[in-house]
Amino acid sequence: MNASLELKDVQTGYGLIQAVRGASFAVRRGSVTALLGNNGAGKSTLLKTVMGLIPGQPQKGEILLDGERINGMDTESIVRLGVSYVPENRAVFHQLSVQDNLIMGAHVRKDRRALKTDLERIYEFFPILADRVNQPAGTLSGGEQQMLAISRAMMSRPRLLLLDEPSLGLSPFLVRKIFHIIRIIRNQGVTILLVEQNVRKALAIADYALVMESGRLVSAGPSTDLKNDPRIKDFYLGLNIRETQEPSC
Amino acid sequence: MLNGVAAGSGYALMGIAMVIIYKTSEVVNFAQGEMALASVFFTYLILQNYGIPFVYAMPLAALFAVFVGCVLEFAVLRRARRQTTLGMIIVTIGLEMILMGLVSWKFGADHKVMPFPITEFDSIWLGGFYVTTLEAVTFSVVWAVMLGLFVFYRYTRLGLIMKATQQNRSAAKLMGVRTNRVLMFTWGLSSLVGCIAGLLLAPRSMEPFMMWDPMLKGFAGAVVGGMTSIPGAVFGAYFIGVVENLFGRYASMEFKSAVAFALIVIVLCVKPSGIFSRHYVKKV
Repeated sequence: MNASLELKDVQTGYGLIQAVRGASFAVRRGSVTALLGNNGAGKSTLLKTVMGLIPGQPQKGEILLDGERINGMDTESIVRLGVSYVPENRAVFHQLSVQDNLIMGAHVRKDRRALKTDLERIYEFFPILADRVNQPAGTLSGGEQQMLAISRAMMSRPRLLLLDEPSLGLSPFLVRKIFHIIRIIRNQGVTILLVEQNVRKALAIADYALVMESGRLVSAGPSTDLKNDPRIKDFYLGLNIRETQEPSC
Repeated sequence: MLNGVAAGSGYALMGIAMVIIYKTSEVVNFAQGEMALASVFFTYLILQNYGIPFVYAMPLAALFAVFVGCVLEFAVLRRARRQTTLGMIIVTIGLEMILMGLVSWKFGADHKVMPFPITEFDSIWLGGFYVTTLEAVTFSVVWAVMLGLFVFYRYTRLGLIMKATQQNRSAAKLMGVRTNRVLMFTWGLSSLVGCIAGLLLAPRSMEPFMMWDPMLKGFAGAVVGGMTSIPGAVFGAYFIGVVENLFGRYASMEFKSAVAFALIVIVLCVKPSGIFSRHYVKKV
Protein backbone atom coordinates (compact mmCIF):
# COMPACT_ATOMS: atom_id res chain seq x y z
CA MET A 1 0.00 0.00 0.00
CA ASN A 2 1.42 3.35 -1.05
CA ALA A 3 -0.02 5.18 1.97
CA SER A 4 1.83 7.86 3.87
CA LEU A 5 -0.76 8.04 6.61
CA GLU A 6 -3.28 5.38 7.46
CA LEU A 7 -6.04 5.47 10.06
CA LYS A 8 -7.87 2.31 11.10
CA ASP A 9 -11.10 2.68 13.04
CA VAL A 10 -9.83 5.70 15.00
CA GLN A 11 -12.11 6.87 17.80
CA THR A 12 -11.45 10.06 19.73
CA GLY A 13 -13.38 11.75 22.49
CA TYR A 14 -13.30 14.61 24.95
CA GLY A 15 -14.58 13.11 28.18
CA LEU A 16 -18.05 11.76 27.46
CA ILE A 17 -18.28 13.45 24.07
CA GLN A 18 -17.33 11.23 21.15
CA ALA A 19 -15.86 13.53 18.49
CA VAL A 20 -14.57 10.93 16.01
CA ARG A 21 -16.48 7.65 15.72
CA GLY A 22 -14.33 5.16 13.88
CA ALA A 23 -12.49 6.90 11.06
CA SER A 24 -10.65 4.68 8.59
CA PHE A 25 -8.84 6.04 5.55
CA ALA A 26 -5.46 6.29 3.90
CA VAL A 27 -3.60 9.30 2.56
CA ARG A 28 -1.58 8.32 -0.50
CA ARG A 29 2.03 9.38 -0.69
CA GLY A 30 2.55 12.56 -2.72
CA SER A 31 -1.16 13.35 -2.92
CA VAL A 32 -3.36 16.12 -1.57
CA THR A 33 -6.27 14.69 0.38
CA ALA A 34 -9.03 17.06 1.44
CA LEU A 35 -10.99 16.36 4.60
CA LEU A 36 -14.32 18.16 4.32
CA GLY A 37 -17.28 18.65 6.58
CA ASN A 38 -19.29 21.09 8.62
CA ASN A 39 -18.26 22.73 11.87
CA GLY A 40 -18.16 20.12 14.61
CA ALA A 41 -17.81 17.21 12.19
CA GLY A 42 -14.58 16.14 13.92
CA LYS A 43 -12.06 17.17 11.23
CA SER A 44 -9.75 19.25 13.42
CA THR A 45 -10.04 16.71 16.24
CA LEU A 46 -8.86 14.05 13.82
CA LEU A 47 -5.76 16.09 12.90
CA LYS A 48 -5.03 16.78 16.57
CA THR A 49 -5.37 13.07 17.28
CA VAL A 50 -2.86 12.25 14.56
CA MET A 51 -0.44 14.82 16.05
CA GLY A 52 -0.83 13.42 19.58
CA LEU A 53 -2.19 16.73 20.84
CA ILE A 54 -5.13 15.25 22.75
CA PRO A 55 -3.87 13.42 25.84
CA GLY A 56 -4.90 9.77 26.02
CA GLN A 57 -6.37 9.72 22.52
CA PRO A 58 -7.29 7.91 20.33
CA GLN A 59 -9.40 5.69 22.53
CA LYS A 60 -9.45 2.99 19.87
CA GLY A 61 -7.95 2.28 16.49
CA GLU A 62 -4.56 2.63 14.89
CA ILE A 63 -2.65 5.48 13.28
CA LEU A 64 0.18 4.44 10.97
CA LEU A 65 2.79 6.70 9.44
CA ASP A 66 4.50 4.91 6.57
CA GLY A 67 3.46 1.67 8.23
CA GLU A 68 4.81 2.63 11.67
CA ARG A 69 2.30 2.87 14.48
CA ILE A 70 2.32 6.34 16.03
CA ASN A 71 -0.56 6.01 18.51
CA GLY A 72 0.40 7.23 21.96
CA MET A 73 3.59 8.95 20.78
CA ASP A 74 4.13 12.47 22.04
CA THR A 75 3.80 15.36 19.60
CA GLU A 76 7.54 16.07 19.54
CA SER A 77 8.32 12.51 18.44
CA ILE A 78 5.66 12.60 15.71
CA VAL A 79 7.13 15.86 14.39
CA ARG A 80 10.57 14.26 14.41
CA LEU A 81 9.19 11.48 12.20
CA GLY A 82 8.53 14.09 9.51
CA VAL A 83 5.00 15.32 10.14
CA SER A 84 4.27 19.07 10.18
CA TYR A 85 1.01 20.55 11.34
CA VAL A 86 -0.34 24.04 10.75
CA PRO A 87 -3.16 24.51 13.26
CA GLU A 88 -6.27 26.56 12.65
CA ASN A 89 -5.03 29.39 14.89
CA ARG A 90 -1.64 29.39 13.08
CA ALA A 91 0.21 29.30 16.44
CA VAL A 92 3.04 31.59 15.39
CA PHE A 93 5.35 32.79 18.16
CA HIS A 94 3.93 36.27 18.51
CA GLN A 95 6.88 37.97 20.15
CA LEU A 96 9.55 36.28 18.05
CA SER A 97 10.60 37.84 14.77
CA VAL A 98 9.54 36.35 11.43
CA GLN A 99 13.07 34.98 10.96
CA ASP A 100 13.18 33.41 14.44
CA ASN A 101 9.80 31.77 13.78
CA LEU A 102 11.22 30.23 10.61
CA ILE A 103 14.37 29.10 12.41
CA MET A 104 12.18 27.42 15.04
CA GLY A 105 10.44 25.59 12.19
CA ALA A 106 13.74 23.95 11.32
CA HIS A 107 14.36 22.83 14.91
CA VAL A 108 14.29 19.11 14.15
CA ARG A 109 16.55 19.32 11.12
CA LYS A 110 20.06 17.98 11.35
CA ASP A 111 21.41 19.67 8.20
CA ARG A 112 21.68 23.11 9.75
CA ARG A 113 23.95 24.30 6.93
CA ALA A 114 21.10 24.19 4.40
CA LEU A 115 19.02 26.41 6.64
CA LYS A 116 20.22 29.62 5.01
CA THR A 117 19.36 28.35 1.55
CA ASP A 118 15.86 27.38 2.70
CA LEU A 119 15.33 30.77 4.33
CA GLU A 120 16.38 32.51 1.13
CA ARG A 121 14.02 30.33 -0.89
CA ILE A 122 11.13 31.20 1.42
CA TYR A 123 11.89 34.92 1.27
CA GLU A 124 12.09 34.68 -2.50
CA PHE A 125 8.74 32.99 -2.57
CA PHE A 126 7.11 35.28 0.02
CA PRO A 127 8.68 38.72 -0.48
CA ILE A 128 6.31 40.11 2.16
CA LEU A 129 8.00 37.92 4.79
CA ALA A 130 11.41 39.11 3.59
CA ASP A 131 10.25 42.70 4.11
CA ARG A 132 9.22 41.88 7.67
CA VAL A 133 12.04 39.62 8.63
CA ASN A 134 12.76 41.36 11.95
CA GLN A 135 9.15 42.24 12.77
CA PRO A 136 7.41 40.37 15.61
CA ALA A 137 5.10 37.76 14.11
CA GLY A 138 2.19 38.96 16.23
CA THR A 139 2.08 42.23 14.32
CA LEU A 140 1.56 40.55 10.93
CA SER A 141 -1.85 40.48 9.29
CA GLY A 142 -3.88 37.25 9.29
CA GLY A 143 -2.81 36.35 5.75
CA GLU A 144 0.84 37.07 6.48
CA GLN A 145 0.66 34.96 9.64
CA GLN A 146 -0.81 32.11 7.59
CA MET A 147 2.03 32.40 5.06
CA LEU A 148 4.49 32.40 7.95
CA ALA A 149 2.83 29.38 9.58
CA ILE A 150 2.94 27.37 6.34
CA SER A 151 6.52 28.47 5.60
CA ARG A 152 7.55 27.55 9.14
CA ALA A 153 6.01 24.11 8.72
CA MET A 154 7.93 23.68 5.46
CA MET A 155 11.23 24.60 7.14
CA SER A 156 11.31 21.14 8.71
CA ARG A 157 11.12 19.58 5.21
CA PRO A 158 8.23 17.32 6.20
CA ARG A 159 7.08 14.24 4.37
CA LEU A 160 3.50 14.78 5.56
CA LEU A 161 1.90 18.20 6.02
CA LEU A 162 -1.38 18.61 7.90
CA LEU A 163 -3.17 21.88 7.21
CA ASP A 164 -6.16 22.90 9.31
CA GLU A 165 -8.39 25.46 7.58
CA PRO A 166 -5.60 27.46 5.94
CA SER A 167 -8.06 29.83 4.24
CA LEU A 168 -10.05 30.65 7.36
CA GLY A 169 -10.73 34.36 7.71
CA LEU A 170 -8.70 35.40 4.67
CA SER A 171 -9.71 37.64 1.80
CA PRO A 172 -10.43 36.00 -1.62
CA PHE A 173 -7.08 37.26 -2.92
CA LEU A 174 -5.18 35.68 -0.02
CA VAL A 175 -7.20 32.47 -0.30
CA ARG A 176 -6.08 32.18 -3.94
CA LYS A 177 -2.50 32.82 -2.88
CA ILE A 178 -2.62 30.22 -0.08
CA PHE A 179 -4.03 27.57 -2.41
CA HIS A 180 -1.36 28.44 -4.96
CA ILE A 181 1.24 27.81 -2.24
CA ILE A 182 -0.35 24.48 -1.36
CA ARG A 183 -0.15 23.45 -5.02
CA ILE A 184 3.56 24.31 -5.11
CA ILE A 185 4.20 22.33 -1.92
CA ARG A 186 2.40 19.35 -3.44
CA ASN A 187 4.58 19.65 -6.55
CA GLN A 188 7.63 19.33 -4.29
CA GLY A 189 6.42 15.83 -3.41
CA VAL A 190 5.03 16.56 0.05
CA THR A 191 1.94 14.58 1.04
CA ILE A 192 -0.81 16.90 2.25
CA LEU A 193 -3.89 16.28 4.37
CA LEU A 194 -6.01 19.40 4.10
CA VAL A 195 -8.94 20.22 6.37
CA GLU A 196 -10.99 22.90 4.69
CA GLN A 197 -14.45 24.42 4.66
CA ASN A 198 -13.93 26.12 1.32
CA VAL A 199 -15.12 22.98 -0.47
CA ARG A 200 -14.90 24.36 -3.98
CA LYS A 201 -11.24 25.37 -3.56
CA ALA A 202 -10.35 22.20 -1.69
CA LEU A 203 -11.86 19.92 -4.34
CA ALA A 204 -10.11 21.90 -7.05
CA ILE A 205 -6.70 21.23 -5.55
CA ALA A 206 -7.15 17.79 -3.98
CA ASP A 207 -6.53 14.41 -5.58
CA TYR A 208 -8.79 12.68 -3.07
CA ALA A 209 -11.44 13.86 -0.70
CA LEU A 210 -13.14 12.58 2.44
CA VAL A 211 -16.36 13.92 3.89
CA MET A 212 -17.06 13.79 7.63
CA GLU A 213 -20.38 14.27 9.36
CA SER A 214 -20.90 14.04 13.13
CA GLY A 215 -17.61 12.25 13.69
CA ARG A 216 -18.09 9.70 10.90
CA LEU A 217 -16.67 9.46 7.40
CA VAL A 218 -19.66 9.45 5.10
CA SER A 219 -18.03 9.73 1.73
CA ALA A 220 -14.59 9.19 0.19
CA GLY A 221 -13.05 9.03 -3.25
CA PRO A 222 -11.23 10.93 -5.96
CA SER A 223 -12.09 14.60 -5.77
CA THR A 224 -13.37 14.60 -9.36
CA ASP A 225 -15.99 12.01 -8.33
CA LEU A 226 -16.99 13.96 -5.24
CA LYS A 227 -17.37 17.14 -7.27
CA ASN A 228 -20.12 15.36 -9.19
CA ASP A 229 -21.68 13.70 -6.13
CA PRO A 230 -25.24 15.14 -5.85
CA ARG A 231 -25.04 15.18 -2.04
CA ILE A 232 -21.81 17.19 -2.07
CA LYS A 233 -23.19 19.48 -4.74
CA ASP A 234 -26.32 20.04 -2.76
CA PHE A 235 -25.00 20.31 0.76
CA TYR A 236 -21.54 21.85 0.34
CA LEU A 237 -21.56 23.62 -3.01
CA GLY A 238 -25.24 24.64 -3.00
CA LEU A 239 -25.60 23.89 -6.71
CA ASN A 240 -28.90 22.00 -6.58
CA ILE A 241 -30.44 24.66 -4.38
CA ARG A 242 -29.73 27.21 -7.07
CA GLU A 243 -31.17 24.93 -9.72
CA THR A 244 -34.41 24.36 -7.79
CA GLN A 245 -34.76 28.08 -7.16
CA GLU A 246 -34.74 28.85 -10.88
CA PRO A 247 -38.23 29.69 -12.11
CA SER A 248 -39.73 27.04 -14.37
CA CYS A 249 -41.37 28.19 -17.55
CA MET B 1 22.99 55.10 48.73
CA LEU B 2 26.04 52.88 48.31
CA ASN B 3 24.68 50.46 50.91
CA GLY B 4 21.45 50.36 48.93
CA VAL B 5 23.31 49.45 45.73
CA ALA B 6 25.21 46.77 47.64
CA ALA B 7 22.02 45.28 49.09
CA GLY B 8 20.34 45.58 45.71
CA SER B 9 23.03 43.42 44.09
CA GLY B 10 22.05 40.42 46.21
CA TYR B 11 18.36 41.02 45.59
CA ALA B 12 19.06 41.40 41.87
CA LEU B 13 20.53 37.90 41.56
CA MET B 14 17.52 36.39 43.34
CA GLY B 15 15.21 38.48 41.15
CA ILE B 16 16.98 37.25 38.00
CA ALA B 17 16.63 33.64 39.19
CA MET B 18 12.89 34.09 39.73
CA VAL B 19 12.43 35.82 36.36
CA ILE B 20 14.18 32.98 34.49
CA ILE B 21 11.58 30.50 35.75
CA TYR B 22 8.64 32.86 35.41
CA LYS B 23 9.59 33.78 31.82
CA THR B 24 9.48 30.17 30.71
CA SER B 25 6.88 28.50 32.89
CA GLU B 26 4.88 31.37 34.46
CA VAL B 27 5.48 29.90 37.89
CA VAL B 28 6.38 32.24 40.75
CA ASN B 29 8.93 30.09 42.52
CA PHE B 30 8.88 30.81 46.24
CA ALA B 31 11.29 27.91 46.77
CA GLN B 32 14.01 29.89 44.95
CA GLY B 33 15.66 31.05 48.16
CA GLU B 34 15.72 27.61 49.73
CA MET B 35 17.04 26.00 46.52
CA ALA B 36 19.95 28.43 46.87
CA LEU B 37 20.14 27.61 50.58
CA ALA B 38 20.56 23.91 49.83
CA SER B 39 23.39 24.70 47.40
CA VAL B 40 25.10 27.02 49.90
CA PHE B 41 25.02 24.38 52.66
CA PHE B 42 26.22 21.73 50.21
CA THR B 43 29.20 24.03 49.44
CA TYR B 44 29.76 24.52 53.16
CA LEU B 45 29.69 20.74 53.63
CA ILE B 46 32.28 20.00 50.96
CA LEU B 47 34.51 22.91 51.97
CA GLN B 48 34.35 22.40 55.72
CA ASN B 49 33.83 18.67 56.21
CA TYR B 50 35.56 17.20 53.20
CA GLY B 51 38.26 19.84 52.80
CA ILE B 52 37.78 20.16 49.05
CA PRO B 53 39.75 23.17 47.73
CA PHE B 54 37.72 26.28 46.92
CA VAL B 55 38.50 26.16 43.17
CA TYR B 56 36.98 22.67 42.93
CA ALA B 57 34.17 23.38 45.36
CA MET B 58 32.69 26.16 43.20
CA PRO B 59 32.11 24.05 40.06
CA LEU B 60 30.77 21.26 42.28
CA ALA B 61 28.38 23.73 43.92
CA ALA B 62 27.25 24.90 40.48
CA LEU B 63 26.62 21.31 39.37
CA PHE B 64 24.73 20.58 42.59
CA ALA B 65 22.57 23.69 42.09
CA VAL B 66 21.68 22.67 38.53
CA PHE B 67 20.95 19.15 39.78
CA VAL B 68 18.61 20.45 42.53
CA GLY B 69 16.72 22.62 40.04
CA CYS B 70 16.34 19.80 37.51
CA VAL B 71 15.25 17.25 40.14
CA LEU B 72 12.62 19.58 41.61
CA GLU B 73 11.20 20.31 38.17
CA PHE B 74 11.15 16.64 37.21
CA ALA B 75 9.92 15.21 40.49
CA VAL B 76 7.47 17.88 41.64
CA LEU B 77 6.65 20.69 39.23
CA ARG B 78 6.12 18.48 36.19
CA ARG B 79 3.61 16.37 38.13
CA ALA B 80 1.75 19.49 39.26
CA ARG B 81 1.70 21.26 35.89
CA ARG B 82 -2.04 21.08 35.47
CA GLN B 83 -2.53 23.02 38.67
CA THR B 84 -3.90 26.54 38.74
CA THR B 85 -1.51 29.45 39.31
CA LEU B 86 -2.50 29.47 42.97
CA GLY B 87 -1.90 25.71 43.17
CA MET B 88 1.59 26.12 41.72
CA ILE B 89 2.39 28.88 44.21
CA ILE B 90 1.31 26.60 47.07
CA VAL B 91 3.49 23.81 45.65
CA THR B 92 6.57 26.07 45.59
CA ILE B 93 5.83 27.32 49.13
CA GLY B 94 5.60 23.67 50.22
CA LEU B 95 8.94 22.95 48.55
CA GLU B 96 10.44 25.96 50.26
CA MET B 97 9.39 24.64 53.68
CA ILE B 98 10.63 21.14 52.96
CA LEU B 99 14.04 22.37 51.80
CA MET B 100 14.40 24.71 54.76
CA GLY B 101 13.39 21.89 57.12
CA LEU B 102 15.92 19.53 55.57
CA VAL B 103 18.75 22.06 55.86
CA SER B 104 17.81 22.88 59.47
CA TRP B 105 17.63 19.18 60.34
CA LYS B 106 20.98 18.37 58.76
CA PHE B 107 23.00 21.44 59.78
CA GLY B 108 21.12 22.92 62.76
CA ALA B 109 19.72 26.42 63.13
CA ASP B 110 22.87 28.08 64.51
CA HIS B 111 25.03 30.49 62.54
CA LYS B 112 27.85 29.03 60.49
CA VAL B 113 30.96 30.63 59.08
CA MET B 114 31.46 29.92 55.41
CA PRO B 115 35.15 29.30 54.64
CA PHE B 116 35.09 31.81 51.80
CA PRO B 117 38.27 33.51 50.48
CA ILE B 118 36.62 36.93 50.85
CA THR B 119 35.17 38.08 54.16
CA GLU B 120 32.74 40.94 54.62
CA PHE B 121 35.51 42.92 56.31
CA ASP B 122 37.86 43.07 53.31
CA SER B 123 37.56 46.34 51.47
CA ILE B 124 38.96 48.11 48.44
CA TRP B 125 39.47 51.76 47.60
CA LEU B 126 37.35 52.83 44.66
CA GLY B 127 38.26 56.39 43.64
CA GLY B 128 37.02 58.37 46.62
CA PHE B 129 35.37 55.80 48.86
CA TYR B 130 35.87 52.42 50.37
CA VAL B 131 33.62 49.51 49.48
CA THR B 132 33.81 46.01 50.84
CA THR B 133 35.39 43.56 48.41
CA LEU B 134 32.34 41.35 48.76
CA GLU B 135 30.06 44.19 47.63
CA ALA B 136 32.30 44.96 44.67
CA VAL B 137 32.41 41.28 43.68
CA THR B 138 28.62 40.90 44.08
CA PHE B 139 28.03 44.02 41.97
CA SER B 140 30.35 42.73 39.23
CA VAL B 141 28.77 39.28 39.29
CA VAL B 142 25.26 40.74 38.86
CA TRP B 143 26.32 42.56 35.70
CA ALA B 144 28.26 39.56 34.40
CA VAL B 145 25.24 37.29 34.95
CA MET B 146 22.91 39.80 33.31
CA LEU B 147 25.21 40.20 30.31
CA GLY B 148 25.69 36.43 30.05
CA LEU B 149 21.94 35.83 30.09
CA PHE B 150 21.35 38.60 27.55
CA VAL B 151 23.84 36.96 25.16
CA PHE B 152 22.37 33.52 25.90
CA TYR B 153 18.76 34.52 25.17
CA ARG B 154 19.62 36.75 22.23
CA TYR B 155 22.25 34.80 20.35
CA THR B 156 22.07 31.11 21.19
CA ARG B 157 19.80 28.45 19.76
CA LEU B 158 18.85 27.21 23.21
CA GLY B 159 17.94 30.77 24.21
CA LEU B 160 15.62 31.02 21.21
CA ILE B 161 14.05 27.65 22.06
CA MET B 162 13.47 28.83 25.64
CA LYS B 163 11.79 32.02 24.44
CA ALA B 164 9.61 30.07 22.02
CA THR B 165 8.61 27.58 24.74
CA GLN B 166 7.72 30.44 27.04
CA GLN B 167 5.51 32.12 24.43
CA ASN B 168 3.61 29.11 23.18
CA ARG B 169 4.38 25.68 24.58
CA SER B 170 2.01 23.83 22.23
CA ALA B 171 3.53 25.53 19.19
CA ALA B 172 7.03 24.71 20.47
CA LYS B 173 5.99 21.05 20.66
CA LEU B 174 4.78 21.31 17.06
CA MET B 175 8.30 22.40 16.12
CA GLY B 176 9.60 19.19 17.73
CA VAL B 177 10.95 20.92 20.86
CA ARG B 178 11.17 18.64 23.90
CA THR B 179 9.49 21.21 26.10
CA ASN B 180 9.85 19.15 29.27
CA ARG B 181 13.62 19.19 28.87
CA VAL B 182 13.57 22.93 28.23
CA LEU B 183 11.62 23.52 31.44
CA MET B 184 13.96 21.24 33.36
CA PHE B 185 16.96 23.16 32.03
CA THR B 186 15.25 26.43 33.00
CA TRP B 187 14.93 25.29 36.60
CA GLY B 188 18.55 24.17 36.60
CA LEU B 189 19.74 27.52 35.24
CA SER B 190 17.61 29.44 37.70
CA SER B 191 18.88 27.35 40.58
CA LEU B 192 22.45 28.08 39.46
CA VAL B 193 21.86 31.85 39.53
CA GLY B 194 20.24 31.48 42.97
CA CYS B 195 23.25 29.49 44.17
CA ILE B 196 25.60 32.30 43.06
CA ALA B 197 23.45 34.76 45.05
CA GLY B 198 23.51 32.47 48.10
CA LEU B 199 27.27 32.02 47.97
CA LEU B 200 27.80 35.78 47.82
CA LEU B 201 25.44 36.34 50.75
CA ALA B 202 26.82 33.49 52.88
CA PRO B 203 29.95 35.31 54.16
CA ARG B 204 27.65 37.92 55.80
CA SER B 205 25.27 35.52 57.48
CA MET B 206 24.83 31.81 57.14
CA GLU B 207 21.90 30.09 58.78
CA PRO B 208 18.74 28.32 57.50
CA PHE B 209 16.75 31.57 57.22
CA MET B 210 19.44 33.52 55.38
CA MET B 211 17.73 33.42 51.97
CA TRP B 212 14.24 34.40 53.07
CA ASP B 213 14.76 38.16 53.05
CA PRO B 214 16.84 38.31 49.81
CA MET B 215 14.29 36.08 48.06
CA LEU B 216 11.36 38.30 49.04
CA LYS B 217 13.23 41.47 48.11
CA GLY B 218 14.38 39.87 44.85
CA PHE B 219 10.77 38.92 44.13
CA ALA B 220 9.69 42.48 44.93
CA GLY B 221 12.37 43.78 42.55
CA ALA B 222 11.25 41.38 39.83
CA VAL B 223 7.61 42.50 40.23
CA VAL B 224 8.65 46.17 40.09
CA GLY B 225 10.66 45.42 36.95
CA GLY B 226 7.90 43.43 35.28
CA MET B 227 8.52 39.74 36.16
CA THR B 228 9.50 38.85 32.59
CA SER B 229 12.40 41.25 32.13
CA ILE B 230 15.86 40.41 33.45
CA PRO B 231 17.13 44.02 33.23
CA GLY B 232 13.81 45.00 34.84
CA ALA B 233 14.43 42.66 37.77
CA VAL B 234 17.93 44.10 38.22
CA PHE B 235 16.65 47.66 38.06
CA GLY B 236 13.80 46.83 40.47
CA ALA B 237 16.19 45.17 42.92
CA TYR B 238 18.56 48.14 42.94
CA PHE B 239 15.63 50.52 43.26
CA ILE B 240 14.32 48.62 46.28
CA GLY B 241 17.80 48.34 47.81
CA VAL B 242 18.41 52.08 47.51
CA VAL B 243 14.92 53.20 48.60
CA GLU B 244 14.80 50.90 51.64
CA ASN B 245 18.27 52.02 52.77
CA LEU B 246 17.40 55.70 52.35
CA PHE B 247 14.13 55.07 54.20
CA GLY B 248 15.98 53.26 56.98
CA ARG B 249 18.51 56.10 57.27
CA TYR B 250 16.15 59.08 57.16
CA ALA B 251 12.68 57.83 58.15
CA SER B 252 12.36 54.64 60.14
CA MET B 253 14.75 51.75 60.59
CA GLU B 254 11.88 49.69 61.97
CA PHE B 255 9.82 49.81 58.78
CA LYS B 256 12.78 49.58 56.40
CA SER B 257 11.86 46.08 55.23
CA ALA B 258 8.26 47.01 54.58
CA VAL B 259 9.35 49.49 51.90
CA ALA B 260 9.90 46.73 49.32
CA PHE B 261 6.34 45.54 49.65
CA ALA B 262 4.90 49.06 49.66
CA LEU B 263 6.73 49.57 46.35
CA ILE B 264 5.11 46.42 44.92
CA VAL B 265 1.67 47.81 45.77
CA ILE B 266 2.46 51.22 44.26
CA VAL B 267 3.89 49.76 41.04
CA LEU B 268 1.01 47.32 40.63
CA CYS B 269 -1.46 50.19 41.02
CA VAL B 270 0.33 52.56 38.63
CA LYS B 271 1.74 50.14 36.01
CA PRO B 272 0.45 46.61 36.63
CA SER B 273 2.78 44.97 34.10
CA GLY B 274 5.83 46.42 35.87
CA ILE B 275 8.18 49.16 34.81
CA PHE B 276 10.15 47.24 32.19
CA SER B 277 7.60 44.78 30.89
CA ARG B 278 6.15 45.66 27.52
CA HIS B 279 2.43 45.62 26.99
CA TYR B 280 2.14 43.38 23.98
CA VAL B 281 -0.71 44.12 21.62
CA LYS B 282 -1.79 41.09 19.68
CA LYS B 283 -3.40 41.66 16.30
CA VAL B 284 -6.56 39.60 15.88
